Amino acid sequence: MTGSNIIKYSLAFLAYLFVQVFILKEVVLFGYSFCLLYVFFLLTLPIEVGTVSLLFLGFGMGMVVDVFYDSLGMNTAATVLLAFIRNPWIKANTPRGGYDEHIPPTLLNMGLGWFVIYALPLITIHHFLFFYVDSLGTDNYFIFVIRALSSILFTFLLGIVVQLLFYNKKRGI
Amino acid sequence: MQRILLFLYGLRALILFILLELIAFWFIFSYNSAQGAVFFNSSNRLAGGLLERKEAVVSYFYLGSVNEALAEKNARLLKRLEDLSPRDDSVTLDIDTLFRHSYEFWSAKVINNSLHLSQNHLTLNKGAEDGIRPGMGVFNEQGVVGRVKGVSRNFSTVISALHTDLLISSKIKSSNVFGSANWDGKNPKSAKLLYVPRHVNVQIGDTIVTSGYNAIFPEGLAVGYVSEVMPGSESAYLDISLELSTDFSKLTYVYLVDNTMKEELDSLQLQLDQRYDGQ
Repeated sequence: MTGSNIIKYSLAFLAYLFVQVFILKEVVLFGYSFCLLYVFFLLTLPIEVGTVSLLFLGFGMGMVVDVFYDSLGMNTAATVLLAFIRNPWIKANTPRGGYDEHIPPTLLNMGLGWFVIYALPLITIHHFLFFYVDSLGTDNYFIFVIRALSSILFTFLLGIVVQLLFYNKKRGI
Repeated sequence: MQRILLFLYGLRALILFILLELIAFWFIFSYNSAQGAVFFNSSNRLAGGLLERKEAVVSYFYLGSVNEALAEKNARLLKRLEDLSPRDDSVTLDIDTLFRHSYEFWSAKVINNSLHLSQNHLTLNKGAEDGIRPGMGVFNEQGVVGRVKGVSRNFSTVISALHTDLLISSKIKSSNVFGSANWDGKNPKSAKLLYVPRHVNVQIGDTIVTSGYNAIFPEGLAVGYVSEVMPGSESAYLDISLELSTDFSKLTYVYLVDNTMKEELDSLQLQLDQRYDGQ
């Protein structure tokens, strides 16, 4: 990563956190549908970023979100898991001809079909872990599934919109 | 030796992953105990400061409803004052000081709130420096709100009544039957009243108030209204649903209450327990 990239992604890190903590925290559609948009920061980091850096970034991001959500550890656990399986999952989805290591795996670079297969399972795992931990100690399994499914949809759709609005082809953010 | 190190280096991502997940789950389980690590929640100085600043901007949007609620509360207090103040044409005697000043009150502003998770918390803009201590009750003019979980210097974190682990000692106002109000994690507008025996006659619309037994809340604060009564599935208790009287989606200003006699009550209870255990 070049210096300008590091500055760019640091700003993106802060922007994602700001939007998540001060705006999206208040937006819960129908009382069930959460938007945990911050996972898209990890999802759209360049492919060359190693798993160790991803883990630290995911841990830090999850902790900050948890502090503001008063859900200590829940976002952290889910995000660390997402950070750990992101790179193996990218590798498993290698298209013919391989990747250009320096481009970020975004919607505009990879196309909708690839991006859905890449992002949707990762978001699903993240959200199911988050809402599962939240539902521990209660017996509301039905509500847990509704919350998880509707939130996956909300997060994913808003993530797509954000990429269409704020991301450039090739250069990422 | 070098080989072992190389091997471990090859597994560094996995090892780091396991370590970070262990930390995260340790946080999850330790936070759910009675006294969580206060630094890592929204009452720490940095997060609290940011939230307060945000609240300062957002609060203008609902000043109208806040004023209305305050005016209503004032009107009710004026009426109480009128009822309690001695008339000119009558003589009053102070019988005893037993019940005098056993509760102290504070006011605070809600700067962070959640209501759609299973375990919801609030953050208030007052902390240890203002005299807030863990365990105090929190309520507003509509009814109970929660209990203080942890305090930092300037902020405090409150377990919302919308928290599946919080039990509020309550009673049915008309019949004085005791039960525990507990949120079932489903709808932020309703809760359950537990441990009411089957023989009790409960009507839909009955008012549920705090019992004053656990010494967190004074007696008689509104909790909710009975919305549904069903015979419990297998237990000896009724399955009662409540409509909560507090609108958690519009919390702005709240009051904190501290029972100044709580220590005395607790020590008395402890003495009794020891005495009966000894026999």
